[in-house]
Amino acid sequence: MPIKLTVNHAALTADVPPDTPLLWVLRDVLDLKGTKYGCGMGVCGACTVLVGGQAVRSCMTHVGSVEGEPITTIEGLSPDGLHPVQVAWEALDVPQCGYCQAGQIMSAAALLAHTPHPTDADIDTAMSGNVCRCGTYTRIRQAIHEAAEAGAPARTK
Amino acid sequence: MHMDRRTFLQLTALAGGGLALDLYRSPLAVAQGPGTPPDLTPQAFIHISPDGVVTIMARASESGQGMRNMLPMLIAEELDVDWKDVRVEQADLNEKIYGRQFSGGSGNTPLAWDPLRRVGAAGRQLLIAAAAQMWGVPATDCTTQPCLVVHTVTRRSASYGELAAKAAMLPAPALSSVKLKDPKDYRIIGHSQPGVDTHAIVTGKPLFGIDVQLPGMLYAAIEKAPVFAGKVKTANIEQIKALSGVRHVLVIDGGITPAAYTPWEPGMEPGIAIVADTWWQAQQARKQLKVDWDPGPAATQSSEGFAAKAADLLKAPPANTLRKYGDVDAALKSSAKVVEATYEFPFIAHVTLEPQGATAHWKDGKMEMWSTSTLPADGRTLVAKTLGIQENDITTHMVRSGGSFGRRLQNDYLVEAGWIAKQIDVPVKLLWSREDDIAHDPFRPGGTVGLKGGIDAQGKLSAWRHHFVTFGDGKHATSGGGIGQDSYPAGFPPAYGLYTSMQPLMLRTGALRAPGDNAYCWVSQSFLDELAAAAGRDPLEFQLELLGNKQQPWSSGEHDPVGDHEPSGQEVLIPERFKGVLELVADKSGWANRPKEKGRGMGIAAWFCHRGYFAEVADVSVDAQNKITVHQVWAAGDVGSQIINPAAAESMAQGGIMEGMGHLAQQITLSDGKVDQSNFHNHPLMRMRQVPKIEVYWRKTDYSPTGLGEPTLPPTLPAVTNAVFAATGKRIRTLPLSKSGFGWA
Repeated sequence: MPIKLTVNHAALTADVPPDTPLLWVLRDVLDLKGTKYGCGMGVCGACTVLVGGQAVRSCMTHVGSVEGEPITTIEGLSPDGLHPVQVAWEALDVPQCGYCQAGQIMSAAALLAHTPHPTDADIDTAMSGNVCRCGTYTRIRQAIHEAAEAGAPARTK
Repeated sequence: MHMDRRTFLQLTALAGGGLALDLYRSPLAVAQGPGTPPDLTPQAFIHISPDGVVTIMARASESGQGMRNMLPMLIAEELDVDWKDVRVEQADLNEKIYGRQFSGGSGNTPLAWDPLRRVGAAGRQLLIAAAAQMWGVPATDCTTQPCLVVHTVTRRSASYGELAAKAAMLPAPALSSVKLKDPKDYRIIGHSQPGVDTHAIVTGKPLFGIDVQLPGMLYAAIEKAPVFAGKVKTANIEQIKALSGVRHVLVIDGGITPAAYTPWEPGMEPGIAIVADTWWQAQQARKQLKVDWDPGPAATQSSEGFAAKAADLLKAPPANTLRKYGDVDAALKSSAKVVEATYEFPFIAHVTLEPQGATAHWKDGKMEMWSTSTLPADGRTLVAKTLGIQENDITTHMVRSGGSFGRRLQNDYLVEAGWIAKQIDVPVKLLWSREDDIAHDPFRPGGTVGLKGGIDAQGKLSAWRHHFVTFGDGKHATSGGGIGQDSYPAGFPPAYGLYTSMQPLMLRTGALRAPGDNAYCWVSQSFLDELAAAAGRDPLEFQLELLGNKQQPWSSGEHDPVGDHEPSGQEVLIPERFKGVLELVADKSGWANRPKEKGRGMGIAAWFCHRGYFAEVADVSVDAQNKITVHQVWAAGDVGSQIINPAAAESMAQGGIMEGMGHLAQQITLSDGKVDQSNFHNHPLMRMRQVPKIEVYWRKTDYSPTGLGEPTLPPTLPAVTNAVFAATGKRIRTLPLSKSGFGWA
């Protein structure tokens, strides 16, 4: 029985066992490659997506458990790549290799949706589940502050 | 990611010529052509379409070092175009056209600085020649403005787009003959240019090796023995073949015989490849595998055994003398004070955030590969040799990777993908799991160092004796485990001895960012700090005094022992540059007036490697539970006369510092030949809450620009541990921090 999913506002189906991780359904069934695999045990954050506005690790989320819930991936964070977090990331040229950045951006977007003007301590708490092997944290922090200035909540779906 | 590069190129060819003529020849035709061209040709790197869009080929792989910006920027500057008009295209592997396509050893800047600027300047000269011919005027009366040739006498002008097709027909000038810009006229070099892929990254476009998608593609995972080079005796292959989605189950015999020394590219590790409709199905099938392994001789290895053997070797006379001058033992005997210490550092893994993998398609006797290798030509050679096919029959597309840090200099994952592809005749994407990636990493090898230092009656360093116990067969140190005979402080103490002893290692090792130096800097700069403390001296002043000694002649032309792959050069430490970064960082950090309080302290360290000089100061506090907080790091670097892409350079330095901090807490250990660590929970990376404030300063010198990937990293480790000493009086001589009773707050 195919699983019905709502991804980036689109109604999609995936004919996979319900215990398949959402990550692999997104990547290899729905061809949304922006969400990345890093650890498979929820400790690196590369696979972060939004489910009902909450940041979740899609590598640890069974696809069957999110049937019908609104799922947002990096591809759907904004229609035009102009979510304030994306704009700030680009303005500060945050990425080095770039592999973790979709997960970082999704975590940052979730943070700003709940905490429009985060302190450094808020950023530490919200972002410490996302590792950046290249060590771009200084710019990630700066970009979150810049996105907050630009008013992220209005744009977060 | 649908690979449409060839389509793109054909279309632009039809759309009206341009400069990229060589690219339209197939790689095979080029390989069989009249031989290696004497020069890089501008036609290979530059394509200008009639509407003025300038496409520049990026020749080196990109794994986050910013090569897709830096290399094209060199060309664009001298071509005299606006960066906003430049499109960067990734070149396929073709060293006959592009020269060396290699990202490692912080080598791209020094390798490309002169030739690629000349490629750009030659392109500009061709466009000028085309305009001069068109107008019937001397080329010397013509100049350029961005994307425009101007006749200075009549003020006539023609756009590069108009001139490109004509310019492409002209013979390229010898690169040595072209005139380069005065650096004060630079409009691209020295000005921050955002990453050419940044927009695609922040919008989640498929860019990486793991994102490659081909029609009809299958997915592969490989189960390998938990012990290096362990072989498959029996396995429930038929049962696995029957599982959902599984298409093929292939036993890889491999070609590695464990021995005391493992070569840089030892060949394929044995294992069982499972090929399925999706990677998740292949992974699920792995869980049902029941394999009886022959673990082989590597199962006898353990970290405990290594430590015991290292302790024995340290007590015995050293096996090899690498460098010796003065009578170091006599000088120690006559010193007013002698300090003895043993330093130990562990094996660590690269853990690129994108695990290893590759995509390959074998069809009609030809192999097409999508590779994240940073040494792709070696990868092609390895695939050809292992699979018994011709290099000319292999096409290699270079795909962005999620980090390398030296990992992707080796091509083990590439040859595995090629091997699987050749068995099944359909496109296949191999992906390692994180657990595979850690267990089968070519590790940074661990080491043990016995040190003796002498201090004379005036409190000056009188002698330095350095016995490095590493791994190897006695003749060859394992990859990443050799030490350069000029490794600092060689050349500066009045009497000096550098010795090595080796114990066997049946394991792959390799080059981790600043290979060798990432550990030796920590050892030497920590011990220097110990000696300064023993002499009752300020560590900065003590080191500046040492650097003021008459320097012994440099004994080798090569500094960094990275297998055979380090570009050679005259990498000689220049004391004035070393001192310069120390003085700059001391000034910026307020070193002279640093506060002295219990539980908080500052540490200083510097290093020279990969032609670059970096000094760093760390400000740390240590709580009652020995938990360390790094509040701030100041860094001062000297990589020559020009920072090519300043914002990217600063980011690279910040990243090197974060990685250096990361190394302090990581370790790989072995029990019964098996790696004990498996994922980021037990091989940790630094996280946001642990990130200090970082300030980066440049000391511009007259030397030709050199690379930044590596030299930023090494000083971070001793700057932090020296700061811990300043804060607590406790000297960290064993890494990871946990083995010395410390940890991150």
